[in-house]
Amino acid sequence: MEQYILEMKNITKTFPGVKALDNVNLQVKPRHIHALVGENGAGKSTLMNILSGVYPHGTYEGDIVVEGEVCAFRSINESEAKGIAIIHQELALIPSLSIAENVFLGNEQVERGIIIDWDKTRIKTIEMLKKVGLNENTETKVKDIGLGKQQLVEIIKALAKDVKILILDEPTAALNDEDSSHLLDLLVELKEHGITSIIISHKLNEVTKVADEITIIRDGATIETLVKGEDDITEERIIKGMVGREINDRFPKRVHEIGKVSFEVENWNVYDPLDVDKHVIQDVNINVRKGEVVGIAGLMGAGRTEFAMSVFGKAYGTKISGTIRKDGQELALHDVSDAIKNGIAYATEDRKSAGLILIDDIKRNITLPSLGSITNKFSIDDNKEIKVGEEFREKLNIKSSSILQKAGNLSGGNQQKVVFSKWIFADPDVLFLDEPTRGIDVGAKYEIYTIINELAEKGKSIVMISSELPEILGMCDRIYVMNRGRIVGELMASEASQEKIMQCIMQSNKGVAV
Amino acid sequence: MKSFREMIKGNVRQYGMVIAFVFVVVLFQIFTQGTLLKPLNISNLIQQNSYVLILATGMLLCILTVGNIDLSVGSVVGFIGAVSATFILKMHMPVLPAILISLAIGFLIGSWHGFWIAYVGVPAFIATLAGMLIFRGLTMVVLQGTSLAPLPEGYTFLAAGFLPDIANIEGINLLAIIVGIGASILFILNEISKRRNKKKYSFQVSSPLAFAGKLLAITIVINAFTYALALYRGIPMVLIVVAVLVLIYTYLTTKTIPGRHIYAYGGNPKAARLSGIKTKKVLFWVYANMGLLAALAGIVFTGRLNSATPKGGVNFELDAIAACFIGGAATTGGVGTVIGAIIGGLLMGVLNNGMSIMGVSIDWQQAIKGMVLLGAVAFDIRSRMRAAN
Repeated sequence: MEQYILEMKNITKTFPGVKALDNVNLQVKPRHIHALVGENGAGKSTLMNILSGVYPHGTYEGDIVVEGEVCAFRSINESEAKGIAIIHQELALIPSLSIAENVFLGNEQVERGIIIDWDKTRIKTIEMLKKVGLNENTETKVKDIGLGKQQLVEIIKALAKDVKILILDEPTAALNDEDSSHLLDLLVELKEHGITSIIISHKLNEVTKVADEITIIRDGATIETLVKGEDDITEERIIKGMVGREINDRFPKRVHEIGKVSFEVENWNVYDPLDVDKHVIQDVNINVRKGEVVGIAGLMGAGRTEFAMSVFGKAYGTKISGTIRKDGQELALHDVSDAIKNGIAYATEDRKSAGLILIDDIKRNITLPSLGSITNKFSIDDNKEIKVGEEFREKLNIKSSSILQKAGNLSGGNQQKVVFSKWIFADPDVLFLDEPTRGIDVGAKYEIYTIINELAEKGKSIVMISSELPEILGMCDRIYVMNRGRIVGELMASEASQEKIMQCIMQSNKGVAV
Repeated sequence: MKSFREMIKGNVRQYGMVIAFVFVVVLFQIFTQGTLLKPLNISNLIQQNSYVLILATGMLLCILTVGNIDLSVGSVVGFIGAVSATFILKMHMPVLPAILISLAIGFLIGSWHGFWIAYVGVPAFIATLAGMLIFRGLTMVVLQGTSLAPLPEGYTFLAAGFLPDIANIEGINLLAIIVGIGASILFILNEISKRRNKKKYSFQVSSPLAFAGKLLAITIVINAFTYALALYRGIPMVLIVVAVLVLIYTYLTTKTIPGRHIYAYGGNPKAARLSGIKTKKVLFWVYANMGLLAALAGIVFTGRLNSATPKGGVNFELDAIAACFIGGAATTGGVGTVIGAIIGGLLMGVLNNGMSIMGVSIDWQQAIKGMVLLGAVAFDIRSRMRAAN
């Protein structure tokens, strides 16, 4: 038996103008979980796209050796035929089809060549649902199950193709802790069934928990491979490899003065726009002081995003009631432009689909909410716009070829910096930051935290929504805990801990169950 | 220094339309043994295609908003022709008020579509399909199944008239020559200032030689064009109308906040809304504007035909839509330019005109135009995919 099930040798890939990968080597042992870590833009996804045939043979240099055999994949189909399946961050499921239909999509169980054998499809799906411990009916539509379960369906889909090497790109980025650990347990279990996994992840705690080997990529080159049992595998050790230096403090310190209460939301109630009887936000009261960073902690679906968006000019929800006060003045915000005019900003959790115009360049994205401030009479002043773009590119360190680069071609961290630039340029007094560091690597996270600190130091009021408890604890002066659309706890930074936050959530759940 | 080949490759998308247009013109100039570019025919080309160009300008804005189209414009052209002719010939209204009221009606029709699309949420395809049926029907109701003709000279002047010359020189129109020279000077000054700005911000600019070459080439084209017009009857009135529209809408789309909002909406409606853009308003105004331009096209078309007929404007929407897509607009919205749509419209016009001169039958003309549309969009999509890889 070969020592490695997969070897990628001296892979070099050049995009116009940039060398994305430079002599990268990856060696994966069979029945191992191999983690691939590195900052955004380091080249992890590019490497996996080469492996799975998204970038066909000939567009890169170097060799892919699968089970001792040199392979030249020209398409995804060819890599799949060799037992390599990739599961992208954005799931490739059809929401309106059933689990069974999705599992065998493109791989239909047929009789006489063209007719789908539904019995066989169902039986096989049931078998595999058992294997991954998913207790769902095969006929349930994918849109009716949670994200964590959808991820499992995606894995079943790969297993149905007799996969040997499973590549998962940020599999737990959108999952809550429970779903994440279930998924990781499953990967460990799959090792027993002879399946090798390669996971790309930013969640280093998960990587240290499940990975047998960890390959670190930085700036398109392999830095090192850490082996469990031989090397010291800690988060600090991995971060050092990723950024090339030690990060002593994951959260930068800030020196700021907390002033008077500047923004208050009282008795806030919101109903679901698609189901007007569903009470999404119930009697929420929060306030923020000048220069204060207030966190809203909670589980996925607690209603945090819905709350922030409903406050942001009724961008979400229906039958909204309650009062918003800024500096003591009551505000009536009918739409988003009202909110912006009154100095309120909301940076969305979903930068790609709701935060940026991906086909537009950096500068046009930054100026979009505040075009009025770069307009002379009727004309948009191109020169001013360029200056603004350059200023923010430099100030926030947006890594890009120029301000004319399209937002869609930036890495996640840099896209987030564009979103931040956009709202900082709008010069708000109150900023809602929804999952500001989701899917961003350690180095860029630190930069984002620094920006948040600067804003607080300038006296802005910041409301930060985050599902990462360490981040909330490390960044906020005060923390609200939200659950099922209600505020179920308020903690000062000095007294807060992960346990206390979870306690607030658990207690409120008890109340509902009774 | 980049090689010539790389330079061409990088700019194929940008200049693709222009190259295709020049290619088609040269091709038909050869096929028609020089008839295509005769002064008389150039004048004809402009007058024949003016209404498609007017419609394409409005249609581009619709297409920019997430690839929506307006199917009603052909019927609106017919309806406005019918209404305006009725005002003048049956109700004996003076020409100018009749035209102004007709334009206002066009704007109201556009607002009607805009209302259903933006505020009720009816898909644009359906709302304007309904409009297509409604206004074709109303055209026949207004005309009671017959044509109204002839129209007074004041009415047809916009479509078929020429600007009066400033001097009386035998065989040549001085005004056309002067306009040509004036336009080239403005163009050159504008290009130089743009280039200076680019340099100021140290953006890449083409080499001085290439820049001078481009200026020279375009100056020659402008002046050759106005010279040809001068040899016939001078500057067609409708050319002025189209030119003014192109200038206004180019300015609107590239330089103003509403223009930026249209592109932003087309690029990502959700992100646009969360950036404070009143997305419903954007949609509403795009369709209201389309109604106004359709009315203008209706008056130009009716004037050129010198009669309002029940079949006036049939299938015009398809020509306008094709012009935008041939001119590089993206089916997904957010990408496209006014000038691109105009070049797309002219390309179709030259195809029509050239094939007519060659004696190709109408049936074949349709088929060939269809193939050109398909080819142009396929080429555009392929080159964009290549650019992404």
